[in-house]
Amino acid sequence: MAIETPDNVVVTKLDELANWCRKNSLWPLPFATACCGIEFMATGASKYDIARFGAEAMRFSPRQADLLIVAGRVVMKMLPVLQRIWQQMHEPKWCISMGACASTGGVFDNYAVVQGIDRFIPVDVYIPGCPPRPEQVIQAVIDLQDKIQREGTIQGSEFEIAARQQTKRALVELPVYGRAGYLTKQI
Amino acid sequence: MPADPATLAALQSLLGDVATSEFRGDARALVDKNRLLDAMKLLKNERGFDLLVDVTCVDYVNYRDAAHRFGLVYLLANTETNERLTVRVYLDEPDLVVPSMCPLWAGANWFEREVYDMFGIQFEGHPDLRRILMPDEFTAFPLRKDYPLQGRGERHNFQRIARADA
Repeated sequence: MAIETPDNVVVTKLDELANWCRKNSLWPLPFATACCGIEFMATGASKYDIARFGAEAMRFSPRQADLLIVAGRVVMKMLPVLQRIWQQMHEPKWCISMGACASTGGVFDNYAVVQGIDRFIPVDVYIPGCPPRPEQVIQAVIDLQDKIQREGTIQGSEFEIAARQQTKRALVELPVYGRAGYLTKQI
Repeated sequence: MPADPATLAALQSLLGDVATSEFRGDARALVDKNRLLDAMKLLKNERGFDLLVDVTCVDYVNYRDAAHRFGLVYLLANTETNERLTVRVYLDEPDLVVPSMCPLWAGANWFEREVYDMFGIQFEGHPDLRRILMPDEFTAFPLRKDYPLQGRGERHNFQRIARADA
């Protein structure tokens, strides 16, 4: 039986409607620890204007944000803070690792600097660069929007895909220096 | 500005034989660790060194011709006369304890905490000798030369949070 719809009515799936809403109102939490943060400010300012992509509402409370943008190096004293912030954010939530330091540690390969935040929290999009240009940040937001539209479901089952977890776990299994029990080691 | 000869003479008369040297116009005095507090009191109260510019440390392990493990460095300044003086103290393991300079200069507080954090030098009489840069549960002293640059795995000794956990 055919249903007559007026010309100004669009039929879609609920999942797609929810994803369309989510991807166009990303509220970022700028976790800015270094020069990438300055570049991210430029992204939010009028010349590059991240508001064109619906991500201009910067929130400094994790309870109000759904996109964590880690901009800059993260040291081992800061990492528990970052993890706590990630845990405090509500689903659905995403993470962008902005710049070489957040993604890999960059040039700071020393005892205090974490060599990539993806060892400890999930990351959706990586931005290369030192620091990345605002265009790259905007491209990352666009890529993330594509990803949300493609993968998102209204009940959030995309966050439990085993294959995706496997690829991320591979990063943790890299050899690290004397990992076992440093807390009990006598110096 | 170079040190006043009278300052060095006063140190000599207090401590007896003090090794002094000069490098590019800056005077240095090598003081024994047991007489450090006396020397510093003299410099502050009688010679007018009212500013402790910095306290830092050098690890001489594997350094050529070095006879001691650590060299503790105090940079002093007299803001009236612009006179400057570097006071050095050599320390060897296991006795890495020196008197704190906090009673003389309040600004020594954080300098000494930093030296403690990075080199493990104990400052006796310090009001609050805790780590200042590294996390409290850190056990190593990372600026010692026998500590590996990339650490002993401390930077990766954290729990991993997966998508499903949070």
